[in-house]
Amino acid sequence: MSGYPESMQESLRLVEKTRPDRVGKALPEMTADEKEKVLQDWHPDFKSDQKRALKIGPSKGMLVPHEVADNLEAHTIIKPGEIDLSNIDYDVDVLIIGAGGAGLSAAFLAQEKGIPTEKILMVQKLRLGDANSKMSQGGIQAAVAPDDNPAIHYLDVIGGGHYENKPELAELLVKEGPDVIRWHEEFGVMYDKLEDGTMQLAPGGGTSRKRMLSCKDYTGLEITRVLIDEFLSREIPFVELTSAVEFIMDDKGQVAGAVLYDMDHDEYLICRAKVTVLATGGFGRLHIQGFETTNHYGSTNDGVVMAYHAGANLRDLDSTQFHPTGAAFPEQIVGQLCTEKLRARGAQPLNIDGELFVYPLETRDVEASALIRECYGREKGIVTPTGMRGIWLDTPLIDVINGDGTIEREFASMLRNFNKFGIDIRKEPMLVFPTLHYQNGGVEINARCETNVPGLFAAGEVTGGVHGKNRLMGNSQLELYVFGRRAGVFAAEHVKNVELGGLTLSHLDRYEKWLDEAGIETDRKAPILLPEYRGKKTLEHQIKLL
Amino acid sequence: MIMENNESKMVTIHVMGKSHEVPGDLTIMKAMEYAGHQFRRGSGCRGGYCGACATIYRTKGSYKLLGALACQKMVENDMYIAQIPFSPAEKKTYDINDLRADANAFMVHYPEISRCLSCNTCTKACPQDIMVMDYVQAALRGDVSEAARLSFDCISCGLCAVRCPAEIVPYNIAQLARRLYSKYVDGPAEHVLEKVKEVEEGKFDAEIAELQSLDREALKERYETREKRL
Repeated sequence: MSGYPESMQESLRLVEKTRPDRVGKALPEMTADEKEKVLQDWHPDFKSDQKRALKIGPSKGMLVPHEVADNLEAHTIIKPGEIDLSNIDYDVDVLIIGAGGAGLSAAFLAQEKGIPTEKILMVQKLRLGDANSKMSQGGIQAAVAPDDNPAIHYLDVIGGGHYENKPELAELLVKEGPDVIRWHEEFGVMYDKLEDGTMQLAPGGGTSRKRMLSCKDYTGLEITRVLIDEFLSREIPFVELTSAVEFIMDDKGQVAGAVLYDMDHDEYLICRAKVTVLATGGFGRLHIQGFETTNHYGSTNDGVVMAYHAGANLRDLDSTQFHPTGAAFPEQIVGQLCTEKLRARGAQPLNIDGELFVYPLETRDVEASALIRECYGREKGIVTPTGMRGIWLDTPLIDVINGDGTIEREFASMLRNFNKFGIDIRKEPMLVFPTLHYQNGGVEINARCETNVPGLFAAGEVTGGVHGKNRLMGNSQLELYVFGRRAGVFAAEHVKNVELGGLTLSHLDRYEKWLDEAGIETDRKAPILLPEYRGKKTLEHQIKLL
Repeated sequence: MIMENNESKMVTIHVMGKSHEVPGDLTIMKAMEYAGHQFRRGSGCRGGYCGACATIYRTKGSYKLLGALACQKMVENDMYIAQIPFSPAEKKTYDINDLRADANAFMVHYPEISRCLSCNTCTKACPQDIMVMDYVQAALRGDVSEAARLSFDCISCGLCAVRCPAEIVPYNIAQLARRLYSKYVDGPAEHVLEKVKEVEEGKFDAEIAELQSLDREALKERYETREKRL
């Protein structure tokens, strides 16, 4: 029985009809000029009316999406006068904000480099490991194959990022790749392997080698849960459901901890720290240009906002990653990730006539643009009952090419998540459309993961520079551990040289002054801690009596 | 399966005893938000990977207590819903380097595993359709590989643990089994260690430095003409 409604059946029949002839076939990769053109014409980043130049702050003049500008050109959610900095709840050497892959790695290395365990504190907006890190499906890149090496990986990263990456960061990413995998295996991460004990490797969009290591299609889940198990075994102090809302500075201009917000009790807490590591992830829940997102509930850009309040430089935030294949049907899971590994293992994107129209493994920005063009330029998309347009991703081919049972073995999560809504991806294709996936830019860091604000380190999706203007599949997972570990090492080193002065929140007054001087009049407040999805009536009738 | 014509069909759900009219084609999570609930606990990845939204429910006229992930399960008419966003469970601390991949590892850290009644309640409770009882039994007899394989899709939502009459916390056992399997049964991939050594010896530094010395046009030329082996 089909999982799709009658209105989509005719197109499905065409997909089935053309399938035997498509086995082993692919359209060629686009030329450099063709790529440039499809990006210019169809990529959401190139819509000039969807961005504006920042009016205030250290990165004034930088073009960013309106949603990010709205977040940065907004009042602070706390006022210095409301907060008593003299009652310190946590007094530590290293504060780590965010418990995804980068934060967990930073905690391990800070501990290993000699910070006493009780002098480390991890705070997390939701629960330990509640992060995009855990949601990564398809894989992690590392140049571990005999015919591969970090220099080959480097060229893929730089070209994929349109030559805008920060070279020293891209170099670290690729050179530390193999060691990250070694490190994971020491902890007991279960990577997919072949019979001979070597890593199973797949290609990804824009890779010139098979470089993607995986843990079925639960790669991020497997790595993160192992790190959490290790984290709990090491008894490093942590507080869940406690979000950092602003940095605390000292009178020497250093970041000296953070004001925390207990999400259960609506109470603020003060953490003084000699060094702070920011690892809060990205901005998917801002729904840039109204796109659905693959991201975690807590991905609200809060880290970037706090850092900007404290005077941190930003970069590459004009660039947003739209993953080519988010679910477009059924309605309940629209926007959720359909891993790139599906295409790496043979699934083909098809239009309403069941025809090939694009090389399946272009870089994500190009692939996403080609899908949008097929739907809205060439009018060859498939329309769902809710009016959404999508492209078929012909998953049954995976078993045709690689043998029966491949989907069940390698794509357990995809098979399960679609089965729950009546679609068997072994028998029928998925319907997909690009979805908001990743914050390419963020807070600028150097090779030591230092920002330009003394005492503030950062790692992971909250930072910018590693990926330039477009990230390749599997490089965000890798980034988490490469830069998370470095942040831990250099934060621990920095602790030794820190003498904190008197605590202050005067940078928030400064920020309000900037807003005022720029003539920004608004009711907006930031950071946003959680997205707002409540029904209209509730929001209209809301009062606070308790 | 979603029918074209039921998009606006409303159903009644009862969230911790309070009744709400919600569209029938929403997940439990989106239906609760539609009704006015703002999650703090009980919502995480919203895509079936994190286990934050473990939910128990009954439907009218049925004695059965069922479990689901709120982000993955569609509402049904007259569904009585409560969330279990946290399950109290002690994860034992250990240094994975000190352990061996055998039954003893489980008996030492989670001795309650021997209380397993083989009642299969855990398996029935699992929203991921994992054979929970089978992996607990595999761990009990020291078959670490089987325990790791069977439990791989676990998202630690906790529904098995709150239902187990023997008070076992299966997902903690599963986590230990997978780490033991990877570290001691499977072992590290040799070619990864070799590559690490080559990087440490600086074998690729000159090549990367050369790429970094190129201007943008030359780099672009190099990228466009690079050899692909896929």
